[in-house]
Amino acid sequence: MSYRIEVTVNGLRHALDVEPRLPLVYFLRETLGLTGTHIGCDTTSCGACTVLLDGKPVKSCTVFAVQADGCAVETVEGLASNGELHPLQKGFWEKHGLQCGYCTPGMLMTTKALLARNPSPSDDEIRTAISGNICRCTGYLNIVKAVQEAAAEIAGANAPVE
Amino acid sequence: MISAAFEYAVPKTLAEAIALLRRDPGGKILAGGQSLIPMMRFRLAAPSLLIDITRIPELHVMREEDGALRIGAAVSHAEIENAALIAQRYPLLASTAAVVADPVVRNRGTLCGSLVHADPAGDWGAALIAARAEVVIAGPAGERRMPLEEFLIDTFTTALGEDEVLAAVRVPTPGPRSGGSYLKIERKVGDFATAAVGVQLTLDAQGRVERAGIGLCAAGPVSLRAAAAEQRLIGKPLDDAAIASAGQEAAAAADPAADTRGPVDFKKDMFRVLTVRALRAARAAIAG
Repeated sequence: MSYRIEVTVNGLRHALDVEPRLPLVYFLRETLGLTGTHIGCDTTSCGACTVLLDGKPVKSCTVFAVQADGCAVETVEGLASNGELHPLQKGFWEKHGLQCGYCTPGMLMTTKALLARNPSPSDDEIRTAISGNICRCTGYLNIVKAVQEAAAEIAGANAPVE
Repeated sequence: MISAAFEYAVPKTLAEAIALLRRDPGGKILAGGQSLIPMMRFRLAAPSLLIDITRIPELHVMREEDGALRIGAAVSHAEIENAALIAQRYPLLASTAAVVADPVVRNRGTLCGSLVHADPAGDWGAALIAARAEVVIAGPAGERRMPLEEFLIDTFTTALGEDEVLAAVRVPTPGPRSGGSYLKIERKVGDFATAAVGVQLTLDAQGRVERAGIGLCAAGPVSLRAAAAEQRLIGKPLDDAAIASAGQEAAAAADPAADTRGPVDFKKDMFRVLTVRALRAARAAIAG
């Protein structure tokens, strides 16, 4: 049995028939070929598969693709534009916000949503925001620095030119 | 780990959702899915039909009416956590919403979903027992209400009938001289509580405790009302002696299981400590 859904992923509209039991993360990775979103624990614990669903971070292993019908999904592939890394990606690069990189796509999407609602978060607010995303390389210190770097860059870009 | 196959339906009204439940006895209501979907993927649950109620407008309400705050079945933990109304007038709910699961899960999971899941380690059961909340149940014959404490029968077991939907929860609006707090010990964000306590208090004009609600999380097979602890407060000034006495009664009432989070005597003492701290926090809030 399949169910017709219309989902906008990184600005591109897809109308496809999917089985209701297909998790969103498998839809992204296997149906659409967007393998930037990682599957970690597959049980709602680790946050590696975090994507934005209508702007909010969700664990895409614990959302069925059919639930995203009519919604907008953003994945790590949608961050860079015109060959230019997103400030968060630059921040993670500059501040060594990753070692193995497995948690990084989820960290990027969670912190993108954080900066959208709180453009200048404190370190504590960053730590709270990413508390559902696990890094097993123990890189939280640098992740916090990376997010601060990105926040500063976005603030600089938005500052009025004198 | 892929779920067993199921059909999927997206009703636009509550009546339609109830009709779907009646049609398929293997059907299950889906809201945020943050407990149900993992259970399905582990094959602990295999509903034949998922009835997604998140597109039913009336289930998204969060508003005060008739002396209570009504929170619909599609309202997420994060919506409660971020609502100005909750932050201003319902500190017990605000402090609970901020510690349910983790921030990403809170964007999907719902308060009502947590209640029907009826995990005794769920935060909302304990918090809303303290708040004296009642549940609003919709079925083929219309709506019925009951106190949450009666709704939660046993572990993973509620008073909900097979063709009924938990449509909303109603939390009494705290009057003047009221305060509430929810405190939780957890090993890490997202883990089940080692112990957690919710309290809701109202003082009379003389400063004596008029109403007291104390709920315990992960303290036995079902979310627990610490009635004897509440009785230690009623009619008394909210002084340290009364608070200490209530803490001891809460520890006596708690029936936690030993697990990797700690042995029974440790957990019981944490119920005492958390009860004392939550009552002090409520007292401080009332004092302003």
